[in-house]
Amino acid sequence: MSLDRADIENIARLARLALRDDEVAGYVATLGSILGLVGELDRADTAGIEPMAHPLAGLSQRLRADTVTETDRHALYQQNAPQVEAGLYIVPKVIE
Amino acid sequence: MSATALHARTLAELADGLAKREFSSVELTRHLLGRLEAAQPRLNAMISITGEAALAAAAQADGALAAGKAGPLTGLPIVHKDIFCTEGVRTTCGSRMLGNFISPYDATPVAKLKAAGTVLLGKSNMDEFAMGSSNETSWFGPVRNPWNTDLVPGGSSGGSAALVGARLAPAATGTDTGGSIRQPAALTGVTGLKPTYGRVSRYGMIAFASSLDQAGMLAVSAEDCALLLGAIAGFDPRDSTSVERPVPDYHAALATPARGLRIGLVKEFFGAGLDAGNEKLLREAFAVFERLGATLEEVSLPNIGLSVPTYYVVAPAECSSNLARFDGVRYGHRCADPKDLLDLYQRSRGEGFGAEVKRRIMTGTYVLSAGYYDAYYLKAQRVRQLISADFARAFERVDVLMGPATPTPAFPLGAKTADPVTMYLNDIYTIGANLAGLPALSTPCGFVDGLPVGLQIIGPHFAEEKLLAAAHAFQRETDWHRRMPAEFA
Repeated sequence: MSLDRADIENIARLARLALRDDEVAGYVATLGSILGLVGELDRADTAGIEPMAHPLAGLSQRLRADTVTETDRHALYQQNAPQVEAGLYIVPKVIE
Repeated sequence: MSATALHARTLAELADGLAKREFSSVELTRHLLGRLEAAQPRLNAMISITGEAALAAAAQADGALAAGKAGPLTGLPIVHKDIFCTEGVRTTCGSRMLGNFISPYDATPVAKLKAAGTVLLGKSNMDEFAMGSSNETSWFGPVRNPWNTDLVPGGSSGGSAALVGARLAPAATGTDTGGSIRQPAALTGVTGLKPTYGRVSRYGMIAFASSLDQAGMLAVSAEDCALLLGAIAGFDPRDSTSVERPVPDYHAALATPARGLRIGLVKEFFGAGLDAGNEKLLREAFAVFERLGATLEEVSLPNIGLSVPTYYVVAPAECSSNLARFDGVRYGHRCADPKDLLDLYQRSRGEGFGAEVKRRIMTGTYVLSAGYYDAYYLKAQRVRQLISADFARAFERVDVLMGPATPTPAFPLGAKTADPVTMYLNDIYTIGANLAGLPALSTPCGFVDGLPVGLQIIGPHFAEEKLLAAAHAFQRETDWHRRMPAEFA
């Protein structure tokens, strides 16, 4: 499986990553090399094998009562935000 | 004070010295802070050194010791990998993305070790978002190996490994997604334990690949790993993958003799690719166990050769999902003058992430994308099942598995940065335990041309006691784990 510039630009767009022009060629080569490595999986016979999503078979997700357990600390958390006004996160206008 | 320098002692020995009032926690902390500062230009092992807070915590620990209210870890200095959120302290994950992030809360292992009275000296350098095997992807620059500063310390917990190897601190936390504790531990001559998936809470540990990540530690001895594991293991309602299971007395379990231990030697780990010098040391280590009354038999993990390709589908897929949270809105780097929301997302992420992190996000995005999901992601999850089943079959016959932690000793900076696959293959012996969720450790077992080599011990789920007891038995017969690099002795 090989990739070209257009593939890398499309993947970067899906991943919301702005790439500089001079970065693209490197990713064409290295993602191609990684897909070559990953292609080795084709030699495994996995017919009838269940996909394994995590290592703790038999454990189910816990549920808890639907009650408030945390205090409101939004002012503290927003100290790390790039831009906040009146307790709201500010981003460029999305609706014209 | 005894002849052994404070920095050369293990946590257990330091705890003994504190209890006997040989020295105070403030004296010990001051001594280690001096060493950390002095070594920083040479090793770059730290991202933040929190000297003032450390001395305050040490004074408080001395108070508790004087009042007879001390626990087994009170007053012992440690370092956290900078992947663990630490309240009021910058927590960067080795990335420009979080270069100014001050954590508003403590990760559970941080909170538990704080409550146990340990003294935090600072946060260690690491590969960016724990993605790397050489600590060369850090935004804060590479870490160097204390045994030879032209060489890498391994990664991603490279700062933790280098600083324990150089005895700048007796122990440090780490995380292991594909070998990130065991591989650097091996390359720097320290003991590193990755516990069972679910054994230690991951709350506040910045996520890379959620079905693989686990928190653990790097220390001088297996005994010290046992002490720390006892403090951080256990159920945490804040981590949905945390397992509800009692925490055994890991320290008491160290007394279990190696006699009768059934050791499986993984046949596939001794093929081409393993350095001859490393193999010789491993064979000598197996002979030590045999002398102690353990039995050796060869076992096969037929699908283990596919663990690296399996990992490089599963881990990037999970990373592409986990790192979607870094969007330049709520925390982390934001680009200047975004023209619209899409531009804000794309440039903030493009600027905030380094080359390897972007490579993994894109690999993950690709293998999860429409048309490729079945061929790559589901296929890898099926092979993961096969690899996991191989381990389960092996553990029907033996108590633990042994083999190399790495193919070679430490390599030079820059040697493997051109082709990512060359770097990825460095984790060929460690990734299997992550895919299967098994506990595994690396203990020093000798030197090749002056560079440390690690012996890896892998156990069944929740068999940390067996691993630690086996490593402890080995460390009572050998002194490899007590060797120190001359420059930092």
